[in-house]
Amino acid sequence: MLDRATKIKIHDLMVKTRCTEETAISMNKQGEGFFWIGGAGEEAFGVSLGLQIRKGQGPAYDYLHLHYRGAPIAMAMGTEPIDQIRQMRATATDRYSGGRQFVEHFAIPEWNIVPVTPTIETQYLMAPGTAHVQRRFGGEGITVVTGGDAGTAEGDFHCCLNWASRPGEELPLLIIVTHNRFGISTPSSQVQASNELNRQAEPFGIRNSIHDGNDVEAIWAALEEAIAYIRKERKPYCLQANVSRIFGHSSATGANRVPEVDCITAFEDKLIKDGIMTRTEVDAVWKKWKEHLKECLAQVRQEPLPDGADIWRHVFAEPATV
Amino acid sequence: MATYAQGIRLALHYAEENLGLTDVFGEDVGPPLGGVFTATQGIKCAWNSPLDERGIIGMAIGIALAGGRPVAEIQFADYIFNTIDMLKLAGNLRWSSYGNYGVPLVIMTPVGAGIHGSIYHSHSFESMATHIPGFKIVAPSNALDAYGLMLSSIVDPDPVMYLKSKALMRVKSEHLIPGEPGDLAELNKRINAPIGDRSKWVPDWPAVEDYRVPIGKASVVREGSDLTVITYSRHVLECARAADQLRGEGISCEVIDLRTLFPVDWPTLRRSVAKTGRVLVVNEDTEVTNYGEHLIRKLTEEFFFDLQVAPRLLAGVNVPGVGISIPLEEASVPQYRDVLDTMRDVATQPGRGTTGEWPLLPETVFGRR
Repeated sequence: MLDRATKIKIHDLMVKTRCTEETAISMNKQGEGFFWIGGAGEEAFGVSLGLQIRKGQGPAYDYLHLHYRGAPIAMAMGTEPIDQIRQMRATATDRYSGGRQFVEHFAIPEWNIVPVTPTIETQYLMAPGTAHVQRRFGGEGITVVTGGDAGTAEGDFHCCLNWASRPGEELPLLIIVTHNRFGISTPSSQVQASNELNRQAEPFGIRNSIHDGNDVEAIWAALEEAIAYIRKERKPYCLQANVSRIFGHSSATGANRVPEVDCITAFEDKLIKDGIMTRTEVDAVWKKWKEHLKECLAQVRQEPLPDGADIWRHVFAEPATV
Repeated sequence: MATYAQGIRLALHYAEENLGLTDVFGEDVGPPLGGVFTATQGIKCAWNSPLDERGIIGMAIGIALAGGRPVAEIQFADYIFNTIDMLKLAGNLRWSSYGNYGVPLVIMTPVGAGIHGSIYHSHSFESMATHIPGFKIVAPSNALDAYGLMLSSIVDPDPVMYLKSKALMRVKSEHLIPGEPGDLAELNKRINAPIGDRSKWVPDWPAVEDYRVPIGKASVVREGSDLTVITYSRHVLECARAADQLRGEGISCEVIDLRTLFPVDWPTLRRSVAKTGRVLVVNEDTEVTNYGEHLIRKLTEEFFFDLQVAPRLLAGVNVPGVGISIPLEEASVPQYRDVLDTMRDVATQPGRGTTGEWPLLPETVFGRR
């Protein structure tokens, strides 16, 4: 059961994330960023997950293998909007990739957020590796991997389930599918026989469940239960969260608002109805983050792009060993 | 004295005891088999993976991201092709994350023909491997280098592709690995798993010592002044043998074992080519878009006006596979006679001399090409 303070905090993080996404979308439309993709619409799920992560570096803490809709998770863990805006603008100050990657491609070693890759589903092949180290290390650290419904068509998803459930070698791995019913423009109904992708885990003996990812309290509780199970039992769990894709796939599909359930609006209605926040307080949160994002963008506009000669950095470890 | 496969095995043993090697894994890598070429027998941290090459590379990346030091095996390079995007990720994670993460891992895989392995146990991989930036790529030609390069690969902070020759696995080294017994029969008895039940077998490891072959350093295995032969892996043996024979004919060939395919030891190549003015690259990968073409292009750019004759590539024939029948395999990848004839041809072909005139090239390099 979420307490009042946590609900207010969740709302604040959801709005903070959404304002960052909307700023990035706006930058793309105005030619200030090349490509937008992100987690707008996944805030209820992502913030609920991010706040339950044990944050730190090394196998005692949780590892995160996110896909390119992970901003709500990262924001709940403590990332700042300005760093996302820097990556959107591909500045030299982009701390995640130095202006090399699309937005929302985090790489934060202090918090075990391993580099986000644009390739679909390959994160499901790497996640067993960090979980393998954690299994051997002991403790309660777990690995979390996220991806979309369309990507589960790749064999890599099946491989992940297999590696996670080898007899005697079960991995402390939370395998998450966020189901938004589309792969870019292709409806899942055209390409997958079932909308319950978590059930693919059943033949592997992996506990699994499906939830409304737009309902903060429901998805928080589901994640809490799954994470507690993995921390204690050191076994995998497959969780599907049904979510919205509030601005479509990416800027490639226009990044325009689409008529789907907005988890923030739904949560705000509930907060107001339950007397936890007033409309005025809700509006103030939006105003605060919109103004903050304006300041971030103004700041980032002043920051330099990388130098072309910078491409030679970090091909190999520095200083060079050969 | 150890065989090539034993050199690898001894290196893995040394590394798990002394260099922080945490995982050696792949298909049939752990007990009871210890690898289809026996290279991982007796290794304590060796384990069997699912038959899933993409998963093997993903697992290696994950282990490395979490601070482990893995050596992952793809059982034959012939089965590595479905992992290309995983290899590209391993190669680019440091760069794409602007140095936030590195992935110190070793992918080892047997390459090349020479064991009558038919279409899917004869592939070469270096031309594709060297097209994946971010990897260092090594290809030892003998047990001592196999040992020294493996140790260097395991401690390297970046991904290393370790291409091991199928045909050399049982070849004994001329040089002892530091600490190994001089008698191969004794070594076999101590570290080769017995036939039959191995469940209680424990190897009696010799006290092998730290010995590194630096990544990026070639070896001049024959010194000469008439021709520079650049090769690696099993063709080092063929080229050295041919150089010895040609020396009897009064032809002096310098044979360079690259040992590391990337980064290339350009200083060693430059010194040799500046001396001989003649270049032959020998390998067994298919000739179109062959790794050797890269070497030739770079050397031609630098030495164009110093070269006596056109640089030459002796490589595998560009057909879809290597047939299992002996005549088919011999017609597909360079054999000793091809190496000998080509070395003689390039070394003795009329050169520019001092006239500055380019001589006419022979109409065909090879009748069969």
